[in-house]
Amino acid sequence: MTAPSAPVIDAEGVGKEFVLRRRTRGLRRAATRVPAVSEVSFTVRPGETVGYLGPNGAGKSTTLKMLVGILTPTAGRLRVAGLEPARQRTELAYRIGVVFGQRTTLWWDLPLRDSFALLRRMYRVPAAEHRARLEELVELLELAPFLATPVRQLSLGQRMRGDLTAALLHDPSLLVLDEPTIGLDVVSKAAVRDFLRRMNAERGTTILLTTHDLGDVERLCRRVMVIDHGRVAFDGDLAGLRALAPVPRTLVVDLAAPAPPIDVPGARVIRTDGPRQWLELAGNPAAVIARVSHDHEIADLTLREPDIEDVVTRLYRERPDPSAPAIAGDVRHNVE
Amino acid sequence: MAEAGAYLRLAAAWFRSAAQYPLSLALLTLSQVGAAMSSVLAIVFVFGHARVLSGFDLGDVLFLYALSGLAFGLADFAFGSVEQLGTHIRTGTLDTMLVRPVSVLVQIAVDRFSPRRLGKVVPAAITLCYALPRLDTDWTPARIAMVPATVLCGAAICTAIWILGASLQFYVTEAREAANSVTYGGSALTEYPLSIYGQDVMRVVTFVVPLAFVNWQPALFILDRPDPLGLPEWVRFAAPAVAVALLACAALVWRTGMRRYASTGS
Repeated sequence: MTAPSAPVIDAEGVGKEFVLRRRTRGLRRAATRVPAVSEVSFTVRPGETVGYLGPNGAGKSTTLKMLVGILTPTAGRLRVAGLEPARQRTELAYRIGVVFGQRTTLWWDLPLRDSFALLRRMYRVPAAEHRARLEELVELLELAPFLATPVRQLSLGQRMRGDLTAALLHDPSLLVLDEPTIGLDVVSKAAVRDFLRRMNAERGTTILLTTHDLGDVERLCRRVMVIDHGRVAFDGDLAGLRALAPVPRTLVVDLAAPAPPIDVPGARVIRTDGPRQWLELAGNPAAVIARVSHDHEIADLTLREPDIEDVVTRLYRERPDPSAPAIAGDVRHNVE
Repeated sequence: MAEAGAYLRLAAAWFRSAAQYPLSLALLTLSQVGAAMSSVLAIVFVFGHARVLSGFDLGDVLFLYALSGLAFGLADFAFGSVEQLGTHIRTGTLDTMLVRPVSVLVQIAVDRFSPRRLGKVVPAAITLCYALPRLDTDWTPARIAMVPATVLCGAAICTAIWILGASLQFYVTEAREAANSVTYGGSALTEYPLSIYGQDVMRVVTFVVPLAFVNWQPALFILDRPDPLGLPEWVRFAAPAVAVALLACAALVWRTGMRRYASTGS
């Protein structure tokens, strides 16, 4: 076991290069080295909740896969729970819980209860301990009504709660979550966030998560790391990130009838589409909303928070990094 | 061995899960038994026309069939689902297996473990019980001991071939069909005396893909027949060595494939 203050994750200059082999002319093959992650260094202490953010293709998944031992780094030194993930993958598995938001770790055809029974045998959890922990998790995540349901019949939210239970049954000290709220409805998102917060506060479970959802970060992560082009571009709290790359909120106004662009102080129309107008807010939304509703007849109003992608994109526009390596893979910025 | 323990623990959990639907389990098992019985019927049908096939009578051929069926059936029972490796890579379930503290080979092999996989073993076992007393041979202790030893080594050889075939999918995800031609094809090939296929085929299945050691070579000793290839006497006892060598080779190739996956992630 590691000393209590020892970092749960200790990455020093960790890099991963993929070798792409392409057939050029005839049977000749050319090998190109594509860096997916380069020189990533950071530590995560026990009890921290860290959001690991970045645009698609920035190296998030690659980093996560190295952390849990699926991929072997090509450079640097990596320790998770005091172990070298790729070499000591099996030992590490007992100490970490992993959730992939896009796919389940449960067995598609099996009822949740049977999936949990299989996992108990894999992790060799004593029966009494398993029962107690399962009971607790089932209550916290309100899973009792679905225990006999095959995973394929569960809704995405129910399945995610099942996956969280599965990842925590062996009481890991580190929980690694890849997009844990992707595709979930508002209620399920809130349930997952509350649960993770509780696990972190009450059990001291260290949490590392990737997400595209600013809400996840706001409600869960005291610390945010942004990775782009395979490098850590920001490491600090959310307020710090916002100060560095301010992205205004957007007010979407549906007017009763099409009208010329709304002209109010503190807002700027950035787009119109029939009766719908998008206003970029410079300051307090309340004042703008009051003013707009006074001047116009309004059918609907939505206040849109900036997407994490927007913040990250902004971060790069503000501070372009000329030393950044060639873009790894295709970088798509998912701006809604 | 830790892996064997993990296999048994997980197989028990899968079994318990399958046993919750006893009717479906029984019907699936019966259909598998039925499918396997059809090849026994094919042999009996062939002998309705030819009483003797290249020096082997019905009892001899049923004996060869039973040894082959048991070996392939047992390998399929315990490790057949490794052929799903390509699917696990494509759908990403391999990644979920990699974050669990059990050998990936065990996890894939035991995936969806169900007693219905025994469907291929049962008819072969019945056929063996039927054929043994009808064999015209001098049952020395060595010949008697050779029967279970052959089943064991045969199952080991088939397991190694399954794993080798599956490991190809680390390199070419669509390699399953090619591998099946050796696994299922080999199973069909060894149901009959190899001598009916001619010398070239016999050489290939002796020296390239050593299927001849699953049943043919040991059976030549048990039935006291000359080797059509004229190979020395000791070859008939080489099955354990072939099994060990092939398993070592399979383990090596599997591990290399896993290491490749860890460096490419695909």
